[in-house]
Amino acid sequence: MNSRAQILSRIKEHQPELTSLPADLTAPLQYADPVAMFSTVLGNIGGTAVPVSSYEEIQDYIKTHFADQKRIISTLPELAEVTEAGWEGQDPHNYEDIDIALIKAHFGVAENAALWVTEELMQQRVVPFICQQLAVVVQRKDIYSNMHEAYGKVADSVYGFGTFIAGPSKTADIEQSLVLGAHGPKNMTVFIMESR
Amino acid sequence: MNTGRKDHAGLADIFNEDEARVDWHDETLWFVRAKRDKAAHTLPEWEALRENASQIKDNVLSNLHDYLLEFEAKAQQNGITVHWAADAEEHNQIVHSILKAQNVTRIVKSKSMLTEECHLNEHLQKNGIEVIDTDLGERIVQLAEEPPSHIVLPCIHKKKEEIGELFHEHLGTPKGESDPQFLTAAARVHLREKFLTRKAAITGVNFAVAETGEFVVCTNEGNADMGAHLSDVHIACMGIEKIIPKRKHLAVFLRLLARSATGQPITTYSSHFNKPRAGQEMHLVLVDNGRTKQLGRADFRNSLKCIRCGACMNTCPVYRRSGGHSYHTAIAGPIGSILAPNLDMKEYADLPFASTLCGSCTNVCPVKINIHEQLYKWRQVIVKEGYADTGKTIAMKAMDFTLSHPSLYKTAGKAGRWVMKNAPFMVNNKLNAWYKQRDMPEPPKQSFSEWYKKNNNE
Repeated sequence: MNSRAQILSRIKEHQPELTSLPADLTAPLQYADPVAMFSTVLGNIGGTAVPVSSYEEIQDYIKTHFADQKRIISTLPELAEVTEAGWEGQDPHNYEDIDIALIKAHFGVAENAALWVTEELMQQRVVPFICQQLAVVVQRKDIYSNMHEAYGKVADSVYGFGTFIAGPSKTADIEQSLVLGAHGPKNMTVFIMESR
Repeated sequence: MNTGRKDHAGLADIFNEDEARVDWHDETLWFVRAKRDKAAHTLPEWEALRENASQIKDNVLSNLHDYLLEFEAKAQQNGITVHWAADAEEHNQIVHSILKAQNVTRIVKSKSMLTEECHLNEHLQKNGIEVIDTDLGERIVQLAEEPPSHIVLPCIHKKKEEIGELFHEHLGTPKGESDPQFLTAAARVHLREKFLTRKAAITGVNFAVAETGEFVVCTNEGNADMGAHLSDVHIACMGIEKIIPKRKHLAVFLRLLARSATGQPITTYSSHFNKPRAGQEMHLVLVDNGRTKQLGRADFRNSLKCIRCGACMNTCPVYRRSGGHSYHTAIAGPIGSILAPNLDMKEYADLPFASTLCGSCTNVCPVKINIHEQLYKWRQVIVKEGYADTGKTIAMKAMDFTLSHPSLYKTAGKAGRWVMKNAPFMVNNKLNAWYKQRDMPEPPKQSFSEWYKKNNNE
């Protein structure tokens, strides 16, 4: 008997009588102002929330705050003017020297400041991890209170890779001292776009 | 015990030689526990969430056979190659054969307690494959040639000065430099080079979804993602109990995991791997290694609900004051002490006794595992099977005899009080384990039953 068959037969022999799945949690925490909560939590975990009402505002922000950065890439056509052209479709290792990556998120979650991003919004999976700084654009109306609502939105969508990103990469492995920028981005800016 | 190495009490003695360090270790972990409480209290539905998670995991264990088949079929449809390993040895061989087929001799690995349990690094290194652990804490203990002492905080037992010394020796940082910010930046540069040059990456798995065939890996550092997305071959290793039924259940577990572990609202990255990247190979190894056996032990199967948050360790008064290495197993602390005897009852017979049975572990467990009750039950099994150490067995037999003979109990009580009063050196000595690190209390003048007789005015 091969290992697969052996494992499955032992499970069948040992697993207890079937119990049913619980009903979904009723009434998980809702925030009166999810955007305010999102911004507070993001600040607590080392990120910065920037409310904006247009892509021009984001462009201005990039020009003033990231003026000294060499490689700025974006997956948003609306920001093409201030970002590198023709960076797409390369071997992921070529993105090692990206200073700032600007991407879009499907939505954000207030309780933990996590943003849901899937592969097609990253161009290459490694982009939001390998860059020195990450900036994400999310629509104000797409910030939900909690993770149950979040998965309600993910639902049965199809993706090759998807991730919740909450703040910059971090570690506290040395004596519990929090350090931002373990392997990935050293900081994270979230542009919260007022829908018009 | 006669295993040729020290047991938990012996190893804890070594840890306790440096009292200041013990206090520091104790306080650091309590600080993490306090952060957990704060995070838990932000959610009014915390207890309902725990109950929900516990019931989902009960359902998983009761339907594991079908969930594994469903997961396998979906994962294969998604282009993931699924392997099954009956034990640690087979797991290691599978990983090695995948790497060998690709002619890979240098790999990066993110944190996976399963690969620690299977001693994968040693196996690969013996076969000429270099493994670089990329979680900062794991890299630190790897450089120190030590195992992790905590499943979430692998080098929590190390002082920054010691880490500075290790980095000076291995990474060339200036001697005497021990600033965490500086050392982390040095590790970032050191490990980035590894991510960029290694062709294969191994990761663990936090959750695998039967409904979709995807698996989720949670990190704060982003090391699992850096490794996986830059690799030609991604191998993910998981215990068969990591399955959850539906994608929506991730909401429950992701809300609980980081809050219980470190007090964060969620880990920085919760990455859902569904399909390999174009041109990439993705393998997933499903490992039994004693889990099906534990599933058959009605008293202990609940231990398979564990999501490896480490909350039981941070809260445990014994773990905090004895250190993770005193448990001499990959997973330390209360949960490790109920998992390890399943794998080798003789080798780990001491661990269920390394507890005060205070129940704090059970109270913080996000999936409501009855940890302290299982520790108590293991003690009974171990004594019955004859694996308890001789001193403990004799003491228990004497206790059993005394407690079942009331007149003897009274006499013994009297004798005990007389000895403590008149000949304290008889109990205040090294042969009495209760005397270590404390003085014996002043004996009461009379027993409760004597007092009751005198004061009972009925």
